[in-house]
Amino acid sequence: MKIWVPMDSAARAVGADEVATAIAREAASRGIDVQIARNGTRGMIWLEPLVEVETDEGRVGFGPVAPEDAGALLDGTLDSLGLVEDLDWMRRQTRLTFARCGVTEPLDLDGYAARGGLAGLRRAAAMTPDAIVQQVTDSGLRGRGGAGFPTGIKWKTVMQARAAQKYIVCNADEGDSGTFADRMLMEGDPFTLIEGMIIAGIGVGATRGYVYLRSEYPDAIRVMNAAVQIARERGLLGPSVLDTGHQFDMEIRKGAGAYVCGEETSLLNSLEGKRGVVRAKPPLPALSGFLGQPTVVNNVISLASVPVIFERGADLYAGLGHNRSRGTVTLQIAGNARRGGLFEAGFGLSLGEVVNDIAGGTASGRPVKAVQVGGPLGAYMRPDQFDTPMGYEEFDEQGGLIGHAGLVLFDDTADMMQMARFAMEFCAVESCGKCTPCRIGAVRGVETIDRIAAGDARAVALLTDLCDTMRDGSLCALGGFTPYPVMSALRGFPDDFATRKEAAE
Amino acid sequence: MTFSSPAPSDEEIRTLVAPLTGLEGPLLPMLHAVQDAYGCIPDAALQVLADLLNLGRAEVHGVVSFYHDFRKVPAGRHILRICRAEACQSMGGAALADATLDRLGIGWHDTTANGAVTVEPVYCLGMCACAPAAMLDDRVVARLDDARMNRLLDEAGA
Repeated sequence: MKIWVPMDSAARAVGADEVATAIAREAASRGIDVQIARNGTRGMIWLEPLVEVETDEGRVGFGPVAPEDAGALLDGTLDSLGLVEDLDWMRRQTRLTFARCGVTEPLDLDGYAARGGLAGLRRAAAMTPDAIVQQVTDSGLRGRGGAGFPTGIKWKTVMQARAAQKYIVCNADEGDSGTFADRMLMEGDPFTLIEGMIIAGIGVGATRGYVYLRSEYPDAIRVMNAAVQIARERGLLGPSVLDTGHQFDMEIRKGAGAYVCGEETSLLNSLEGKRGVVRAKPPLPALSGFLGQPTVVNNVISLASVPVIFERGADLYAGLGHNRSRGTVTLQIAGNARRGGLFEAGFGLSLGEVVNDIAGGTASGRPVKAVQVGGPLGAYMRPDQFDTPMGYEEFDEQGGLIGHAGLVLFDDTADMMQMARFAMEFCAVESCGKCTPCRIGAVRGVETIDRIAAGDARAVALLTDLCDTMRDGSLCALGGFTPYPVMSALRGFPDDFATRKEAAE
Repeated sequence: MTFSSPAPSDEEIRTLVAPLTGLEGPLLPMLHAVQDAYGCIPDAALQVLADLLNLGRAEVHGVVSFYHDFRKVPAGRHILRICRAEACQSMGGAALADATLDRLGIGWHDTTANGAVTVEPVYCLGMCACAPAAMLDDRVVARLDDARMNRLLDEAGA
């Protein structure tokens, strides 16, 4: 009897390890031969720990399972969810980047290859660099880290640069609240990222890669390190990748708790062992990146989407999506959501479908007040904006950003002025300090919102002006995008900024 | 109470970081190694690393002080990081953090009187779909409420 218990850190954080132990103990006491496999997560976090029992029909799910359910699970008396693949949440998705996540054991390289892994790499290894970069361009893949820059153009710049050493740097500094896709992928299917980085390396002529992984993700660091070790032992990484003659090796580097290092130029400074302050651009990292050499800096999901593009073809990928947002978006449904988790689908679903239909509204059962899309620097969207399709341009038109496609739901008890204040406070804590609008503007922002709270109506104009200055004058997205949550809260929820003033009068 | 800061010799630090000298951009890995070994970045390490990497002592200090993870004095026996980010806030994270600090009678970044627990803020543990969350040393816990948090604190000896 084979039983799957996820080892994703979200599943472990809600008791998966205790469940696995209880199943083993109960099985032993019943004399049942049970093989417990530890998979990643399917992304249905509201059902975690989601235990699956392998049957002739497929994998039958149970969840959320508590340790005391172990006996009933083995006796066959525990209520099941049915076949996991048949669950509505699973059936409605187009799982490309996350096709194996939650299905396989993360460190089983043979299982990875058996489910389509390495097919993309084998295909790419036989192509010219030009053809590889063209394939990525044709897929329409854009940076999944937030900015949405076309990946093919970035790769082409690095490919055409002449240098003795080029690098692939994976930005795994996923510090945005409401985002966990990178973590889930790295913990649940780490070879996908490694494969994507190798293809990128072959494409642009880079032989070394780094994954800059935040220290807040100890499980992801552990799994990625183990995966790199296995990849090296099995000849996937090293002097001749899968005996193709291409050289590529990589390392996992741990960050040190600075949010701003998610900004690509800060990340590069940090990787070099410096303070993680942003660099002015130009020069672009594509021409002068890590140690001054041409460097591809891509997010985890961007790189992890590359293998499937080569396995299934650029046309298939580009055929999904909406307008200029091609392929799939990995929606991360978070916060006060009834069904929180990761949902991968072609771009173009409306925000309302995601919030009301897929997420099922709030966990508290109260009305949705706001949804922050795209991390702590993303705008707060109101229910009257819910017909906005998930797409880079469409969100931009609404004064928001899709960012990393994390959605944090808030119910009607949320105080939007406090959320705006928090955005400024966060920016003040995490500013790298290099530019004045961010370093000082954020501190003044907190003070100005406190003045509004105290009833000073003139401070509203001041806050607006301050936000304009931060947006236009900051060197990077931290200071430049903090106005998104602040101004969207101020404009979208004026009552929250007025109540105390009126009460004071 | 006061904590005794470790005072390793220069030679001990050099030996500890020696395997990392061949890395490209070795300073952060070295600092992590030092902190893993001593629970903090002892003063003595600054000059040793500066000499090793041909940097000024002030430059190394500048790097150490930039990052939230590095500390000048050791933390308590356990570190409890409570997430303050938006997803956790939407599920009552702020009230949970306040109640925790109240129970312990300390503020952010402080250590309990018995030296058991240091509480630090963290901005996102990637548990945004099962908020609110915290991390006790390397173990993440989510769907926290006051009862679960109290069990965690008891376990840590707070």
